[in-house]
Amino acid sequence: MELAIPDLSLVVLIGASGSGKSTFAARHFRPTQVLSSDFFRGLVADDENDQSASGDAFDVLHHVAGKRLAAGRVTVIDATNVQQHVRARLVALAREHNVLPVAVVLDLPEDVCVARNAARPDRDFGAHVVLRHQADLRKSLRHLKKEGFRKVHVLRGQSEVDAATFTYERMLNDLRHETGPFDVVGDVHGCRAELEELLGELGYAITRDAEGRAVDAAHPEGRRAAFVGDLVDRGPDTPGVLRLVMGMVRSGHAFAVSGNHEHKLVQALRGKKVTVAHGLGESLAQLAGESEEFRRDVEAFCYDLVSHYVLDGGALVLAHAGLPENFHGRASGRVRSFALYGDTTGETDEFGLPVRYPWANDYRGKAMVLYGHTPVPKAEWVNGTLCLDTGVVFGGELTALRYPEKELVSVAAHQVWYEPVRPLVDAAPTRDARVLNLGDVTGNRSIETAHHGRISVRAEQSAAALEVMSRFAIDPRWLAYLPPTMAPTATSARDDVLEHPAEAFAGFRGAGVGQVLCEEKHMGSRAVVLVCRDPGVGLARFGVEGGGAVHTRTGRAFFPDGLGEAFLDRVRAAVTAAGLWAELDTGWLLLDAELLPWSAKAGGLIREHFASIGAAANTALPQAVDALTAAAARGIDVGDLLARTTARAANGVAYREAYRRYVWDTDGLAGIRLAPFQLLASEGRTFEDRDHQWHLGIAARLRDADPDLITVTRNLLVDTGDERSVAAGTGWWEDLTAAGGEGMVVKPLANLVRGPRGLVQPGVKVRGREYLRIIYGPDYTETANLDRLRKRSLGGKRSLALREYALGLEGLRRVAAGDPLWRVHECVFAVLALESEPVDPRL
Amino acid sequence: MTTTHRPATDLGFLLHKHPGRAQSFPAPSGTAHVFYPRADEAACTAALLLEVDPVGLVRGRASSLTQYVNDRPYVAGSLLAVALGSVFRTAMNGRCDARPELAATAIPLRVEVPALGSPDAALPAALFEPLGWAVDSTAVPLDPAEPSWGDSRYVTLVLTGELRLADALKQLYVLLPVLDGSKHYWIDQDEVDKLLRAGEGWLAAHPERELITRRYLGRSRPLARSALERLAEADDVPEEALDNALDGPVAAPPSLAGQRRAAVLAALKGSGARRVLDLGCGEGALLRDLVREPSFTEVLGVDVSSRALAVAERRLHLDTLSDRARERIALRQSSLTYADAELAGYDAAVLMEVVEHLEEDRLPALEQAVFEAARPGAVVVTTPNSEYNVLFESLAPNAFRHPDHRFEWTRAQFREWAGGVGSRYGYAIVHLPVGPEDPALGSPTQLAVFTRKQEA
Repeated sequence: MELAIPDLSLVVLIGASGSGKSTFAARHFRPTQVLSSDFFRGLVADDENDQSASGDAFDVLHHVAGKRLAAGRVTVIDATNVQQHVRARLVALAREHNVLPVAVVLDLPEDVCVARNAARPDRDFGAHVVLRHQADLRKSLRHLKKEGFRKVHVLRGQSEVDAATFTYERMLNDLRHETGPFDVVGDVHGCRAELEELLGELGYAITRDAEGRAVDAAHPEGRRAAFVGDLVDRGPDTPGVLRLVMGMVRSGHAFAVSGNHEHKLVQALRGKKVTVAHGLGESLAQLAGESEEFRRDVEAFCYDLVSHYVLDGGALVLAHAGLPENFHGRASGRVRSFALYGDTTGETDEFGLPVRYPWANDYRGKAMVLYGHTPVPKAEWVNGTLCLDTGVVFGGELTALRYPEKELVSVAAHQVWYEPVRPLVDAAPTRDARVLNLGDVTGNRSIETAHHGRISVRAEQSAAALEVMSRFAIDPRWLAYLPPTMAPTATSARDDVLEHPAEAFAGFRGAGVGQVLCEEKHMGSRAVVLVCRDPGVGLARFGVEGGGAVHTRTGRAFFPDGLGEAFLDRVRAAVTAAGLWAELDTGWLLLDAELLPWSAKAGGLIREHFASIGAAANTALPQAVDALTAAAARGIDVGDLLARTTARAANGVAYREAYRRYVWDTDGLAGIRLAPFQLLASEGRTFEDRDHQWHLGIAARLRDADPDLITVTRNLLVDTGDERSVAAGTGWWEDLTAAGGEGMVVKPLANLVRGPRGLVQPGVKVRGREYLRIIYGPDYTETANLDRLRKRSLGGKRSLALREYALGLEGLRRVAAGDPLWRVHECVFAVLALESEPVDPRL
Repeated sequence: MTTTHRPATDLGFLLHKHPGRAQSFPAPSGTAHVFYPRADEAACTAALLLEVDPVGLVRGRASSLTQYVNDRPYVAGSLLAVALGSVFRTAMNGRCDARPELAATAIPLRVEVPALGSPDAALPAALFEPLGWAVDSTAVPLDPAEPSWGDSRYVTLVLTGELRLADALKQLYVLLPVLDGSKHYWIDQDEVDKLLRAGEGWLAAHPERELITRRYLGRSRPLARSALERLAEADDVPEEALDNALDGPVAAPPSLAGQRRAAVLAALKGSGARRVLDLGCGEGALLRDLVREPSFTEVLGVDVSSRALAVAERRLHLDTLSDRARERIALRQSSLTYADAELAGYDAAVLMEVVEHLEEDRLPALEQAVFEAARPGAVVVTTPNSEYNVLFESLAPNAFRHPDHRFEWTRAQFREWAGGVGSRYGYAIVHLPVGPEDPALGSPTQLAVFTRKQEA
């Protein structure tokens, strides 16, 4: 005997004690699928038969069942379930999770049950218990369907129990095996001529009957159309639309989900009392001119329409009014109601139309959701969802989306067929700025990255980042990337420096990287520049009007308003002159760069911190030297204190010299220099696979276009396996730092490199001896201090650098692909959160 | 420290340190050296040189650069005072078995401190002159190569006067760290005792005793540095530039804050709200008023700064409230530029002096978080009236009342913003003045009550 159950269901076993439910369940289901009341009694009370623990046991059982159903797992309840109120809780649980409840009754003779219980030493209750169970069961049998069980299977006697097997039925909404490609069409509303035109645009060949009426359409490449509902009402030819779409669906050339208007139409055709409004009257009048047979056909077609479809392995969902993720592939009255009518708040707006809850703002699901229902002036993506109802019947357009290409195809309405109650076109359609939820960024988080697996962020790290992001960062729609931190090279073995190129080259050689590019480290401030070709690109691509943004490592605006615009104008002009818009086929570019001088941004910190130390040291130490010199002149033995203090006084002078090199005056943009060193992303692509010489080549072209603003990064190619090349690299660094340079960054020439142990550091910094004085203090070069500082530990910093690098790349990948803002922002936010990790700040 | 009391070399007896030798003593921060650059009949100078070990100074793992690299090795502050108190302990107590009368006598003294931190150039005189010193304090330039940067926060201090040596040492012991105001110190009860002991005989009558006590004991700060500091450092900005959520306004009289809270409370009560949100509650000044009002059955304080919330939690004594009282009040970290589902369903929300802390181009995000996502029945908003600023004497022309304010609106600008919000989100608006009204410039604070329109 085959027992058919939906492949997502809550299976409720019903049977007296001793009817063999546990044995039955164990034979047909995996142990983890079966939740048995005995087991949960044991869990909460250490005794599977302690009936006084039943209340607590069922609470836990329901909780676990709820978690399983929420995750979409078939769950079997192994308990007697002979009483109606016990089953009612289970039916409610199934409904809460929009899963179908199924009843499987094991109706065995009393004597069999009693005999089985008697054979079990732990079941000491008498035969009367079984009798009572059996009586309850008999009473229940007839009402199970009415209680809400979608399927009821009754197995009478042991032979039926033994013969039973389960088969899983695919849900009606489950078209995951249909992988497309599709052409998804928005609300048609009886606009047959526009539909025929659109299908033509999409490449479909229309089949016509003897009277010239369109009855089918097929695509030469086998593409299928898919309709998001509301084929009918308001428009001039509802029967014509239905004839065509019904033909396409039945011939396998199209899919269609039901809209609220089809739902109403069925009720009207079945003679139910419905309010004839919102264009239903037009449909009924038009259908009155058709044959009775056609009307029956329409009624059957519309009645059979499913409320939503899940297609392409779960990657695509069609539902007339959209659908939140927890409803995908589920079945219940609530799911159907949402799919047809949306989630109304119960409020109405100034035109008397229902206020619709903007579910798409909160949508965070993986599947693309395509829908209609609410006419919009233009189809716009919101968190991976798209409304295709562009109001053709109100004189707008009929729109289709090519899937998976994500190309929109529209045809204009031939005329206004129906006057809208509410004006269709808002004066200035603005994208919803509230597309980010607190839940997108706070708490313990884990982000899947393409290059470094899952990366975790702890709640307290998120908390610190939340404050900085909320109070100081620029609009998150402009904030596509925060640069990762960079690890220094392994500590030098030499006794006069902390960092030296030898370890950097050896490190990359050890990681299997042959060619590295040494890039001069500009002592400025890190700047990320997002520049758009024109303000229209900003609005269309990022949802903000404007030409882009230039921001710091933590997402703060680099310049005050006007200056930022002027800066972007210069960068934009340079990109234009370099011909990069066309070459990269993009309307925007994201650049990683260093902005000079250091004092332009860090002026406050330099004065407050570094210059103050210099002032104090250069005031106190010379006087100390004078006093010691005087004492020594008196013949007092001051030991080597005088020598030490004299050395410290010299260090104080050197300290001042160190920061002064990175300070110069700027006036507006005069004096500001930008050194781009990497092109991060443009429309549809990222560039971590391009070698660093290519990136510096882009920078050089920008420099050629605006040499006053843009500067290039000096660099040297080194072969880590060639001693002479390594020596040349070392000499280059020595010259660079001797001339006051900060140092260099050594990067694998090829850019992104994976080694046998995962990602290779994208770059390590080798900082100069004098520059490090700023970081490690004036006296760090004294031997006693260097010896202690050499014991620094780099592991934490290296690990952090890789995690932030991978998060950065992930964010770039997402922004280039046009992912919803929250997907990009979670990566950006995570980089900031990780930056609050307490690693040695001198590294 | 120099004396010209004859024989000047008696200074060695008073300090218990031989003028003919250089001596070294271990100090908590490094090594203290005492030596005499000059020691003759006419004049004797004792020098105390504290050689700070900058690497050893950092105990355990520090998280911020300023803990590693700072001015402590060069500046006469608490580290030097500690060394002074330990190297010259006996002298500070006024004991001198060799020259007991001299120890009890005021002698001519000259004290030179090459580099001393001071919040302003005048404070050294205000602190030392009442004690009988002639004060010469010279500001140290920040960087002679960058004259436009002006002076540093250090002065070179020269004190001359006739005092008992013990008194001079005690005064230096207290006043050097008071002037320096450094933050590298953990204050406990012990410190209070030390202040009382060292201040004996001179502090009680000092006209600046309150300032001295406050600055001496007020140097404490949480041992655990805030994560915010690390983020500030990552961006090369001073910590204070980011972690300023707790600072009060620089202008406006304190009474205005009370009037503002009273006006907000009245507006809330007028709305009939029972469950209320304080959005941007800061340290919880308004929360305290809200909790006292029994008609509010549930109060949720929300702020983006976890440090502010920690202070609020302490001030409201949340950990010791009764269960019943505890059920009425809660705190939550959230942000007004993200939609927070937990904030939905309240009767009323307060945005007291909050909107002006956001860049104007971020206000649409706040509007949607508050008026669309949280959507309370009523929203009470207060913000400064910039027209009134000219009446604040302490405020420079065109300056804002708080360094973190991103804008301050005129009455017309506030009305324009409020009107836009009202029509976009379906709220009716009533504007009210808060504080003394000027006929031409209006009130110092402006308040608007937004009431959600009943849906048709």
